Amino acid sequence: MDMNVIPHPALDDAINRALLQAIERGLPLAARPYAAIADQLGVDETEVIARLQNLQEQGIIKRMGIVVRHRALGYRANAMVVWDVPDDQVAATGCCLGSVPFVTLCYRRPRRLPDWPYNLFTMIHGHSREQVLARIDHLVNSCGMRAFAHQALFSQRCFKQRGARYTTLDTQPDTTP
Amino acid sequence: MHAQAVQLTLTEQRLLDEFQHGFPLEPRPFARMAQQLGISEAAVLDSLQRLQAQGAVSRVGPVLQPNRIGVSTLAALAVPAEQLEEIAALVSEYPEVNHNYQREHDYNLWFVVTAPNRTRLDAVLADISRRSGLQVLDLPMLEDYFIDLGFRLQWT
Repeated sequence: MDMNVIPHPALDDAINRALLQAIERGLPLAARPYAAIADQLGVDETEVIARLQNLQEQGIIKRMGIVVRHRALGYRANAMVVWDVPDDQVAATGCCLGSVPFVTLCYRRPRRLPDWPYNLFTMIHGHSREQVLARIDHLVNSCGMRAFAHQALFSQRCFKQRGARYTTLDTQPDTTP
Repeated sequence: MHAQAVQLTLTEQRLLDEFQHGFPLEPRPFARMAQQLGISEAAVLDSLQRLQAQGAVSRVGPVLQPNRIGVSTLAALAVPAEQLEEIAALVSEYPEVNHNYQREHDYNLWFVVTAPNRTRLDAVLADISRRSGLQVLDLPMLEDYFIDLGFRLQWT
């Protein structure tokens, strides 16, 4: 299992790296955000836009847009639902789960036996616990998962939440509202 | 934590529905959004600033594919109840930790660690294990099956 950084030619480029570093905490909320980033990097606005387009086409940027905080919007119930799926079925099951609208993450991770038997991880948000449980039932039926053990780990308290910062790690505490 | 959900106008609901992906790549992206929503560019910027200040919007920007710029892992600890606050605070101290949640399970503290490389990641996990006296469950992502188009909000 290679758990190191997956190389990509677009990321050997110093300007691309500087660009991602400049925007990973968000674009400036100003009329011309790309021009502001361009000034910071010493390139022009057109180049910033073209590079972002390219990074999206390459899949390095999965999406560009508004990143919401579910909880603040009334999604009080959120569960990390973990599944024990046979290895030869995990890709098909993962693709099925990953395409359901209310599933917000779908990752395969290693089992750690005997402590941890689950290898497929999904996040499910809802307005209530009942709604999340009903959604889990829906997944069990629609992705053919009746034979697979699962557990729903509802979140109880958030101690910290912010976007991942891959390129710069500051030491300032980031408090969650 | 919010006692109450942030209240949104109908236009703000549309803003969050329509621009979680496909953010305009053109010199004045907020003006383009404003045009689609039938409001002014200044109103779009005002709404985003307000929603960010109130905690409903984390940021406007990119969501990166995992493990390209750096590496990350999902980690968990089984913390005795009486030590939970103390250990949670210890974990949150690390700038490499970006999410840290209490969840209902024997493994009751779950956090995401992100670092420039696996060596640094391992060092952070080892340090947390040493300081907490607990064994860390380390669950790095192996495959990503999720096509991220943002979160489909329901307003009913």
